[in-house]
Amino acid sequence: MIETLTTWLNQNKIFNVGTLEYYGDGLTVTVQLVFLSLLIGLVIAIPLGILRTSKNPWINKPIWLYTYIFRGTPLLIQLYLIYYGLPALPGVKDSFIWPLLANAFYPALLAFILNTAAYTTEIIRGAIQQTPQGEIEAAKAYGMSWWLSMRRIILPNAFRRALPAYSNEVIFMLHASAIASVVTIIDLTGAARYIYSKYYAPFEAFTFVAMIYLCLTFTIIYIFKRLEHKLMAHLRPVGS
Amino acid sequence: MAEKAPLVVTDVHKKFNDLEVLKGVSLRAVKGDVISMIGSSGSGKSTFLRCINLLEIPTSGEIEVHGEQITFTTSRNGERKPADIKQVERMRSRLSMVFQSFNLWSHMTVLENIVEAPIHVLGVPKKEALESAERYLQKVGIWERRNYYPAQMSGGQQQRAAIARALAMEPDVMLFDEPTSALDPELVGEVLKVMRSLAEEGRTMIVVTHEMAFARDVSSQVVFLHQGKIEEQGSPDKVFNNPDSERVRQFLAPKY
Repeated sequence: MIETLTTWLNQNKIFNVGTLEYYGDGLTVTVQLVFLSLLIGLVIAIPLGILRTSKNPWINKPIWLYTYIFRGTPLLIQLYLIYYGLPALPGVKDSFIWPLLANAFYPALLAFILNTAAYTTEIIRGAIQQTPQGEIEAAKAYGMSWWLSMRRIILPNAFRRALPAYSNEVIFMLHASAIASVVTIIDLTGAARYIYSKYYAPFEAFTFVAMIYLCLTFTIIYIFKRLEHKLMAHLRPVGS
Repeated sequence: MAEKAPLVVTDVHKKFNDLEVLKGVSLRAVKGDVISMIGSSGSGKSTFLRCINLLEIPTSGEIEVHGEQITFTTSRNGERKPADIKQVERMRSRLSMVFQSFNLWSHMTVLENIVEAPIHVLGVPKKEALESAERYLQKVGIWERRNYYPAQMSGGQQQRAAIARALAMEPDVMLFDEPTSALDPELVGEVLKVMRSLAEEGRTMIVVTHEMAFARDVSSQVVFLHQGKIEEQGSPDKVFNNPDSERVRQFLAPKY
């Protein structure tokens, strides 16, 4: 098996060890970018999602505006604004954040975080608002404080309901991360573009990378299916 | 009287915008009282019950739990609100409520539902909370279902789980808000049986109900509400067999 693979690799002029390493590095960058943006985005989105349900307009309106803008404009434009636009502002090149902005990874990460946090905030807000009123009332009637009922009743209930929508968001972020390659980042797509131009083999280069994305997508789906199975036990009939 | 009454409600009014649902209702429950509140739909029974534990804030009137009076203040937009939310939370934890639609927490098993508030609100150690939860589950007869989720049980079982949840708080007063109204007739009996046994144990209960037989046989006191006011009040014998009010007579008369 390994032998045939090696022979194939040796005879193949595109997929040699060098290009595979290239793809490998691209995969690492993609996974880092997507994982970090999702993680940080989620950490931001949970408090924002809670505050978004506040009845106080001074609290919920600014958050609404943020999610409205970031969900209403293309991620590519957001990336351009942060990567090309921010450094053009006066003073930014002299400030401490310039070394971070100069490396394409961080502007891309920032754009992705802001984008996914906006979508996730709305997912969490929706899930919180769908919590059955009676369950919230019961929490109140048993002497729970606002924070205790949020932590013990509303959020656990909402997270379960948010799971299917959130798994879509994760897959969306994975696919959207391909646009990082337009600001010189060598992620998976960046690697495929490089190999395409080096060998002029568009079909091979992009088919291969598409397959890697497909594998990643199926892995994510599998993980979420397992998670849903575990967390949605309360909605299944007994014994199944 | 040496011991303070567990619950004294004085002259509660409740207005929703211009609609006055409660027009001055008072109630006093001594330990071991089972007070049934009856009356037609819209008479304000449920609203009154919800005012007791401040799920609705009474427009005026006072509530006293074991001699401790709830303090109110006026918010900026002129609405009455509790002055100290901690006081309200403490008071609510001593009056546990059983709802018409059960309102069990759907993502928790029955056992988890029952130990939730004792552990996280009252601070009972987990082991102790689990032990008393099992005891109460046996009492309401659904111990075998302790690891089921609410959606996996019948309405009657869910309501019995909700009663076990209420008992686990070791409350001073139990509030029942039409506990059998959402159940089909076959399941009503099992819930009433549990409630009757609680009454026999001497628990203090306030029960909003349409079950006239329960009100007649189990209560120590029956309150008939009509258009937001107490129309008739007294022992079950008095209210059911010899009411002063013509309205109560009409209400209790056989309909067919």
